[in-house]
Amino acid sequence: MRPFFLFFLLLGLFACKQPNAYGDGAMLYEKHCANCHGEQGEGLEELIPPLAQADALMQAGTAAACWIRYGLDGPILVNGQEFDNEMPENKALSAVEITNVLNYIRNSWGNKGEFLQLDQVQNQLLNCQK
Amino acid sequence: MNTKFFIFLLALALLGACNSGPQKILPVLGQPEVTERTVDGKTVYDSTEHKIPDFSLYNQEGENITQATVKGKVYVADFFFTSCPTICPKVKANLKKVYKEYKDQDDFLLLSHSIDVKHDTIGRLAWYADKFNIDAKSWHLLTGKHEDIYKLSPEYLIAALVDEGVPGGFDHSGAVALVDRHRRIRGMYDGTDPEKMKDLIKDIAILLAEK
Ligand code: HEC
Repeated sequence: MRPFFLFFLLLGLFACKQPNAYGDGAMLYEKHCANCHGEQGEGLEELIPPLAQADALMQAGTAAACWIRYGLDGPILVNGQEFDNEMPENKALSAVEITNVLNYIRNSWGNKGEFLQLDQVQNQLLNCQK
Repeated sequence: MNTKFFIFLLALALLGACNSGPQKILPVLGQPEVTERTVDGKTVYDSTEHKIPDFSLYNQEGENITQATVKGKVYVADFFFTSCPTICPKVKANLKKVYKEYKDQDDFLLLSHSIDVKHDTIGRLAWYADKFNIDAKSWHLLTGKHEDIYKLSPEYLIAALVDEGVPGGFDHSGAVALVDRHRRIRGMYDGTDPEKMKDLIKDIAILLAEK
């Protein structure tokens, strides 16, 4: 009986270690985005737009995958505020990684977005404007 | 409870709170310069503290910024570029807190040196200052001759170099230097760490209290 009990205890512990379904996305965000968009997705004044409660991000759906992979420049309206700066490309991120980071930012800092599937993002990446 | 004892304790607590002990003294950083001279046929060595040398750069309003601008003032110096894809926005966000704390202080300045002078013209710096909501009265974004800025950065004990191999094309650190009224470096801080910025804010007050 004892070993079984221990086994379940361990199982429970491992289950606890996954507090965030987008754990990988959080790590990717920290590494590739947080320097600019901030730890809390707050952005930087009128230089870098916020991601927290940002209508541009939430309304873009999978289209945001193209911005992440190929970068973004020119004027963009975020919550009524115009930004006109440049975001660099992220060519090294795979479709899986982009899906994870997107699902993470779409569901952090008060954002609530439907879960984007890998195949949706893959399809989108084949049809980017650039 | 014994009232006398209580009052005694209260007095002790108040004393402890009011008297924070002797003011912390910040060290002078950097290699002292040793010079040699001959006195009565004998060689003597003089050691002088490291000081930021004279410089001549331009700020976001096209004003010439020199050692005269910082004369008798306490200032914070860092190196960045406006199109920086890595740590600079984080350092700028942190320095903004320092700016907010001291922007109305006449004898305090922030000097941010661009290490990408080709791209960061006066006009580009003006755009950046506008979008970043800072005033040239207390925060100068600086451009000038490439070699002048690259000669200045080691004087502030901050590394900067052109490197095609890193994102953005310039390798540099997020370090921030605190300079006193006599152009001596009195502290170095990691500009990417919000906790270190709290130390910086405290240390600025110490230097402002110095004559
Ligand atoms: C070098 C700084 C920088 C980095 C790094 C960066 N961005 Fe951006 N991002 C920007 C800027 C600047 C804009 C606005 C571009 C414009 O003005 O056209 C932007 C715009 C956006 C937008 C659309 C506007 C909005 O706020 O909804 C999204 C979404 C976005 N970025 C997500 C990301 C993600 C995800 C990452 C990491 C993979 C990332 N960014 C990395 C600077 C950056």
